[in-house]
Amino acid sequence: MSGPVLYGLLGAALVALGLFGLVVQAAVLRKILAFNLLGGGVFLLFGVVARRTAPAGLAADPVPQAMVITGIVVAFAATALAVAMALRMYQITAAVTVSPPPDAQAGDA
Amino acid sequence: MILDWLLDGMVALLILAAALWTLAAPTPFAAVIGFVGFGLLASLAWVRLAAVDVALTEAAVGAGATGVILLQSAVRLRRGAAEVAAATPGRATTLLAGLLAGGLGLGLALAVLALPATVPGPAAEAAARSAEVGLGNLVAAVLMAYRGLDTLLESIVLVFAVLAVWAMGPDRHWGGIPGPRFARQRDGPLALLARWLPPVGIVIGIHIAWVGADAPGGKFQGGTVLAAMWVLAWGAGLVRPPSVADRRVRLVLVAGPLGFLLAGLLGAVLDGSFLAWPAALGKPLLLLVEAAMTLSVAAALALLVVGPPERRA
Repeated sequence: MSGPVLYGLLGAALVALGLFGLVVQAAVLRKILAFNLLGGGVFLLFGVVARRTAPAGLAADPVPQAMVITGIVVAFAATALAVAMALRMYQITAAVTVSPPPDAQAGDA
Repeated sequence: MILDWLLDGMVALLILAAALWTLAAPTPFAAVIGFVGFGLLASLAWVRLAAVDVALTEAAVGAGATGVILLQSAVRLRRGAAEVAAATPGRATTLLAGLLAGGLGLGLALAVLALPATVPGPAAEAAARSAEVGLGNLVAAVLMAYRGLDTLLESIVLVFAVLAVWAMGPDRHWGGIPGPRFARQRDGPLALLARWLPPVGIVIGIHIAWVGADAPGGKFQGGTVLAAMWVLAWGAGLVRPPSVADRRVRLVLVAGPLGFLLAGLLGAVLDGSFLAWPAALGKPLLLLVEAAMTLSVAAALALLVVGPPERRA
């Protein structure tokens, strides 16, 4: 095992943690955070792959690196939009989760 | 060798701890602080993976810009503890989610361990393209030439994200001033920083964007530093965000993607394929597009941090 493999395993753990948080946590802001952890894990896995396809004389393959840079910027844009939507929802309904309000649940039952 | 192992092991453990804290922190604010720490530590991991360009982007965009947005929202979304407790899934769902996430993580870990040591990648082809366009930094060459279409679409994503965030404002504020208003700071560290840091930061931002052609850096990293300087002055109440109806703002916002698109079309006319940088105009044209992109990235990032219109112009 070597350094990149260690970070690959870390990436796998981060994907698992992020997915778990995304499902289990109720608050929208926490879900957005968990989603970003998941994304960070995926990017790290990409970075590990970048070490493996590196041609002789280069430490890392530039193609996955460029794609991760694109990914980080797009993830930021998506986070900004998600946060804006969460704040707007809070303004309109005073809700900080996406679950239906308790009275609506009682109505369904 | 042992030192390398110690360093990698420590960085990996710290990242894992920061991620756990982000999920388990008692308050949203503490969770966001954990996430910013996670981003900064992740950029250390990128340095260890020999991806310095990614490390810069992760630190500037992943930790910095994302952190500012999340902190703002953590302050605004502080209430609702009872609602969150009521909506938190029960033990059975948690267990199921744990099994699902654990299974996925285990599968990915096995895949990582099963990866072949070295496999041929597209790097050689990318390196050939980088010589054509005269960029010494291979990552920049991939962003502009080899995978130029990705970068073009990404810059358009930023514009769309700004439009979507603006659209989150209430109708009556359309055409108004975006974001919260900050009181003008006359004293204290923020007032001092907001006056002293931007002149230095602007030079550094432009430098990072400029050296990106041959060294780690580039338009996204440099543009983020430029945006951060403006956000600092905004937070200290020294500058006011322009109205979302201001044509100059919109022009700066689309200058990069538009320039990129036009250069791509020029390539189609002169060289026969979209986004082929014509050899005759090659580097000057590329630098012009990079400069416009730096400005547009800075404007888009700053506007995304500021948020939707909240009051009349």
